[in-house]
Formats: sequence, structure tokens, C-alpha cells
Amino acid sequence: MPDTPETAAYREAINRFMCADGDGRGALLPLLHALQDEFGYIDDALVPHVAGALNLSRADVHGVVTFYHDFRRRPAGRHVVKLCRAESCQARGGAAIERAAIDKLGVPMGGTSGDGRVTLEPVYCLGLCAIGPNAMVDGVPVSRIDSATLDRLAAQVTA
Amino acid sequence: MSRVYISRDMASVALGADAVADAFAAAGAEVVRTGSHGLFRIEPLVEVDTPDGRIAYGPVEPDGVAAVLDGSHANRLGRIADLPFFAAQQRFTFARCGVIDPVDLVDYAAHGGWAGLDAARALAPADVVAIVRDSGLRGRGGAGFPTGIKWQTVLDAKGDEKFIVCNADEGDSGTFADRMLMEGDPYCLIEGMAIAAHAVGAGHGYVYIRSEYPFAVATMREAIARSAGRIAPFTLEVRVGAGAYVCGEETALLDSIEGKRGQVRAKPPLPAISGLFGKPTVVNNVLSLAAVPFILANGAQAYAEIGFGRSRGTMPIQLAGNVKNGGLYEIGFGITLGELVDTIGGGTDSGRPVRAVQVGGPLGAYFPRSMFHLPFDYEAFAAAGGLIGHAGITVFDDRVDIAKMARFAMEFCAVESCGKCTPCRIGSTRGVETVDRIIAGEQVGAQIALLRDLCDTMKYGSLCALGGFTPYPVLSALDHFPEDFGGAPLAVAAE
Repeated sequence: MPDTPETAAYREAINRFMCADGDGRGALLPLLHALQDEFGYIDDALVPHVAGALNLSRADVHGVVTFYHDFRRRPAGRHVVKLCRAESCQARGGAAIERAAIDKLGVPMGGTSGDGRVTLEPVYCLGLCAIGPNAMVDGVPVSRIDSATLDRLAAQVTA
Repeated sequence: MSRVYISRDMASVALGADAVADAFAAAGAEVVRTGSHGLFRIEPLVEVDTPDGRIAYGPVEPDGVAAVLDGSHANRLGRIADLPFFAAQQRFTFARCGVIDPVDLVDYAAHGGWAGLDAARALAPADVVAIVRDSGLRGRGGAGFPTGIKWQTVLDAKGDEKFIVCNADEGDSGTFADRMLMEGDPYCLIEGMAIAAHAVGAGHGYVYIRSEYPFAVATMREAIARSAGRIAPFTLEVRVGAGAYVCGEETALLDSIEGKRGQVRAKPPLPAISGLFGKPTVVNNVLSLAAVPFILANGAQAYAEIGFGRSRGTMPIQLAGNVKNGGLYEIGFGITLGELVDTIGGGTDSGRPVRAVQVGGPLGAYFPRSMFHLPFDYEAFAAAGGLIGHAGITVFDDRVDIAKMARFAMEFCAVESCGKCTPCRIGSTRGVETVDRIIAGEQVGAQIALLRDLCDTMKYGSLCALGGFTPYPVLSALDHFPEDFGGAPLAVAAE
């Protein structure tokens, strides 16, 4: 059966990983990280290719993809806001900031906006526990979040 | 040309250190990026090389460059070591953090680096294990198991290969010492792992770092690549987690490195006998391994003579949450909770009264002010119905609703449960529902009795500390803050 453009890209990415790092034991998580970095999410169509490359069952791969919170099975928004919900941020007003973030970004926690611009996700601790409430916005740490910070973030991610 | 030192720690960057560093570079200063000293109230912090030593200024904004360089900046602090927050610390593990360029091998060696590894490699493996045992070092991840005994078990175990695994899955809220060490002095951890490898006969090691710590991942990878020749024939690699708190449990962590779902294994067999890929494996926390170079370089006695009771040496304590002087405070065991929170921490950041502290992360107990006499010690905290865990202290002011925090403890357990054992997987969800009924004022007495019974089942019936310790925050909340449950007139409706 001829490859579709997607499966050709998937095969190429997996082969590249296998040539560079595939000899290590326990390569499944590193491979899934590499694929998510490249494609943005782990498409269900990737699973059989990953399973074949590592000589695992599809069920094994599916089980791992669905176990870890980091791995997405759908594309995220163009901007990703990971807002900390853990105790130290709560001690600094995190719960109110969470409600305000949902309101100002217009997405529920764990959701992506209808226009695909922004995804809001919970994270349980970024290790910045004395300067919260904290978030990672497109990979950049942001601390001491207040209402003004949220306004700035909302403008940034919906621009 | 002036030389200035500015932290590249993730917390410093979150507070704006990159923009400050760029401004100094644009002004022609030589900028050395370091780890963080660990007091976030004074960050972004800039230290300037002068004939009188490194003079600190902080916090500094990008427009403060000229004032810092001519010495007129209003936030002049003087020498870091002279500040009250730092003067009384006993920095064994964090001695270099904030001082050196984290990935500069010359800097590391000039500040005492590799002395522990050189001392270890001049000794027989059994002698290295004996020194670690005699130091009294106990596992800093929370369980407090004697490190030397764990190493002895792996040394004695038969295996065609053995592994050193560093647990850097620091998921507890209120803790950040592992992150700071990996970002600020990564060779210290690498040296500790190389000493462990020599002591037990391991050839390869893994540092398992949570994905929420991208700065630590990058720094450790760079440091491992740069120091490969120095630690050879021992080899190391970083593995990155994928957002699962339970992978901080050592057997779940091993399954995760093996490429599986991070589910907890039943023990026995102990990882020391049958660990990673079924081989004898040392699994130690970052802080345990990073304490080892000091012990080998200075001797077991130098470490063991500090401390309290059976808790020997120093603990890098993390002051977090609503606290004025939040940061990292390394000190010998035995200091009281009250000294840490009120004197060193300076009370709350909001200026309101301290009402509660949670010690040891999401699985740690909530303590009221009436227990601030407790000495920081594994046994004292266990006797008081809590744990010191990874030594994070999260401070709450008088606006905290402890019933909501008890609910959150159950909610967090439900989100993060690996699902293998029933008390944790199902008990946590039933726990959320039960606390919700208490908060709503439904049959409060009966529901509290039910919640206590559920906690009993989770504590004794769970496979690992996630389900087994979630009762600590819940029961301590019930015991010490009964006014927040049910009968209180201001009880708020469930969300």
C-alpha cells in the first residue's frame, strides 16, 4: 500500500530517530517526545509505525501515549498556557488567577479555543514555588501572575 | 570592563533575569551566567566583581545598569554571604550554587569540584560505601532510608551490569532544590553519581528529569556531554518524564525509563536487587547523590557531626508559597519549624498572619502554628503525623480554607494515580466526593467518619506513597483545623 504524505513523514521521522538514538533501551518515551516535538501531537495513525519500529504491540504504545499527561492525541492551539494549580501557587492566590485566566482567555481548563489560537492546561508545579502564581507560556516561565499579567498574556496569545 | 554575575536559573529568568543580562551585555559588561543563590525576593540579582569581592544589587531592572555599574543603585546589598538569610546557612551541597558558571569545568574544579570523586577512586568500593554509611546520609527524596545501606545491597548483589538512577522527578509543590542544583551546579550531581557507580560497580546511569523542568534538562545534558571524559568509564544520560507525578515513585520511575506506563511495581523485589531492566540498581534522589561529593572530600565525620538525632548532615530546605523570604535554606537538621517560617522566612509575603504550613509536598501534613516547635527531623515529623518529605515548606496565610486544601489533596491523587491499586485509584475519587459533602454541610459527622475510614484504607492498602500518604494532608487538616469542616458558620459551598 503506498504511503500517504503523512505516513511518509511519520516513517521518515521515526527512521531519523532510530538512526540517531534508537539503539538505547527503553526508547519509547524519547521517541514519543521527539515525534511530539516535530508534529505537535501523537496522531493515532503514528501508533502502528512506532510499534513496528520498536517491536512493540500497538496496545503497548497506545497504553503509554494515553498514560502520560504530556502526550497529546490532538493538535494544541498555536499558543499553550500551562498554569500551575499546585498548593504553593494556591497559597499565593492561584485559584482566583485560574478563574480569571479561564475568563480572559475564553477557554476552559484543559481546552483549546475554537479558533485554535490558545490552549489552557493545568500543570502541577513548575518548581518556582516562592514566586507564584506561575505559568509556562509557549515554553517561557512567567511568575507572580496577577490580573495585569493575564491581560498581557491574553493580548499576546489572541493577537 | 566590569564583570557581573547574573543567574540563569529558571526562577530568575521568570523574574526577568534575561532582560537584565542583555542590558548589561549591551552596556559592555562581561556577563557570567550562574545558578541562583536562592533568595528570590532579591532577584533579578546582579553581582559586580570589585576589589572588595562580589557586591550584590537586587532586585535590578534592565534600566538600572548604569546605577549598578557606578555603585549608586538604591538596592545595593553588599556581599551575599553577609546577608542574614545566607550568613547562618550551612551550605554543604549548595556551596557552589549561585557562585560558579554551572557548566564551566574550570570553575567547578577551582571550587573544590572532583575532590570527592578522586578520593573515592583511590579507595576500594566497600570503603566508599562504608564512608557514606558512616556519614549517616539518608535518602533526601523523602523516605529517609540510609543511603549507605542501599549502596551496600547493590554492591553485594550479583549482576552482569548495574545501574545508577537519579530520581530528578521533583514533582512536589513547594520543592525546587533538585531543580536549582541541576541548573546551578550540575557537575556536583554528576560527581555524586560517578562516586556511586564506583562504590557499587555500575557502568551506566540515568538522570530522570520531569518535563516541567526544561532548563534543568538542557543544563544537565550539556554538563554530561562536557564531563564525559572526567567520569569515564562511567556513562550517563538524561531521560525526560512526560508529566506523571507518580513517576517520582522509584519503581514507577524505573518502568518509565524502560519505556512503559509509569506504574508502581510491588516490592519486593527491591530495586537494589532487581531494578532497572531487572538489574541491581541504586535509585537515589538528586540531593542524596549531590551530598556525596562533600562527604567523600571532607570525610564522614564532617557531615555526621551536623544534625539532630538520627537525621545527620544538612537539609536544603525550601521556603515556598506565601512567604516573604522564599527560597533555598540549607542548614543542619534540628532547626524548628517556627524558626524556619517566622524568623528566616519572615512570615507571609501578604503580611497577614501565618495560619498553616504544609511540609513535604502534596502528600505532607498541614500543621498549625501550635506545632511550630517541631524540630526539622525525620522522626519528629513522623511522630507528629507528618513527614519532612523533600523538605518543602508551603506557607499559607489566614485566608486559606483548609477543607478545600483537603479536597485538593484527594483531587490531585485522583489526577495522578497510576491506577494499579484500588485504594488509590478509586479511593481518591470517593475522597473528593466525601469532602464535597462535608463542605456542603451534608451529614457532616457521618461523612467525616467515612472520610477517616477511607483514609485508613488508603494508608494501609495502597501500593505506594501516592495513595498511602494522601491521607496525611487530609487527616492533619481534620485534626488541626476542625473549624474549616462542616459546622463552621462560614463554610462555603462546594465548587
